[in-house]
Amino acid sequence: MCVTCGCSATSDAHGPGHDHDAHDHSHAADAVLPGARGFGVLRPTTTRTVSVEQDLLAKNDRYAATNRHRFEAAGVLALNLVSSPGSGKTTLLVETLKALAGLCPAAVVEGDQQTSLDADRIAATGAPVVQLNTGKGCHLDAHQVGHAAESLPLQRGGILFIENVGNLVCPAAFDLGEAHKVVVLSVTEGDDKPLKYPDMFRAADLCLITKSDLLPYVPFDVARATANAMRINPALECLTLSVMSGAGFDAWLAWLRREVAVRARMSGPLAVTDAGARA
Amino acid sequence: MHEMSLMESVREIVEQTASQHGARRVTAVRLQIGALATVEPEALRFCFDVVMQDGVAAGARLEIETVPGSGWCWDCGEAVAIAEGGAGCPGCGGYRLEVTGGGDMRVKDIDLGPEQESSTCA
Repeated sequence: MCVTCGCSATSDAHGPGHDHDAHDHSHAADAVLPGARGFGVLRPTTTRTVSVEQDLLAKNDRYAATNRHRFEAAGVLALNLVSSPGSGKTTLLVETLKALAGLCPAAVVEGDQQTSLDADRIAATGAPVVQLNTGKGCHLDAHQVGHAAESLPLQRGGILFIENVGNLVCPAAFDLGEAHKVVVLSVTEGDDKPLKYPDMFRAADLCLITKSDLLPYVPFDVARATANAMRINPALECLTLSVMSGAGFDAWLAWLRREVAVRARMSGPLAVTDAGARA
Repeated sequence: MHEMSLMESVREIVEQTASQHGARRVTAVRLQIGALATVEPEALRFCFDVVMQDGVAAGARLEIETVPGSGWCWDCGEAVAIAEGGAGCPGCGGYRLEVTGGGDMRVKDIDLGPEQESSTCA
């Protein structure tokens, strides 16, 4: 191939000015260097712009689409729990798994920079769990989650909880193939958080305001927090609850039941599931 | 620092494209970053040199073009410009907005060559 013009000619009579069968043209004479055996050796002297038009997240999004297809075909509700560190995601999960025990099959992917402490807490409830350690990474990506889910039983009518790394910024950008992002905001954090970290509240479908039993002790206004969150994302649902007192917990379980039913219906009567084989 | 992960994606896309075109050197990389995208252009610039090191785009120029944010205001019933994440409708000041543009991050195009080594026309 001629590297100067990109054509596929193989002629060895190829000087600065030359003909190809399909087209005639000249290359600049200064681009030609002496070559062996009479061949012209060409060195391109100009840059050329090549259109790329590729999304930076395209690769992650392809893995996410595969995950989503798998979860939907299995009739499983996949939820991506996101929040800043310390909002109570793991405690919420532990109590939710206890409440669902015997009623709804659930599995968990735990994401943390280091340790398996959270996975140990989840495992103590009897739920199958895989711990992902991201090391220096600040978020889970769809490729990691896809592999983690391979070793978990996905049962129709069940739930896969993905507890993301505690970080209210980066995980907003990475689709994991979940049905919904659920953003957890504790009352000890401040009701202006949705305005300060809008990306996550825009990406989420449900906002859980947790630790409501502490409301008498902190200057957190639930109505203001909800208004701020909905200012960022008018379609966001908001629920307030306390795992400690149990207040509002039933509404969260009702939300889960509703979404589980939607996913199970979407998978259709003939859906192939992973249930049983590895459960 | 998800900018590092994003820049790793840029490197992968750039190297694939250069390889597809038989190029051994990339001299410029142009990104289009939406004003509402979940990334800071300055943080991307910071990562660029580090991530591109020792690769086909080592020493390349990075150009970042900002794509303005746009959306639909449910109260005004029309398409509006959105200056930044969390900003209200420029018409009514309300927040019932749906983002329709300016959320993407793309590699728009790259400049290839000139080659550092001579190539044989065969």
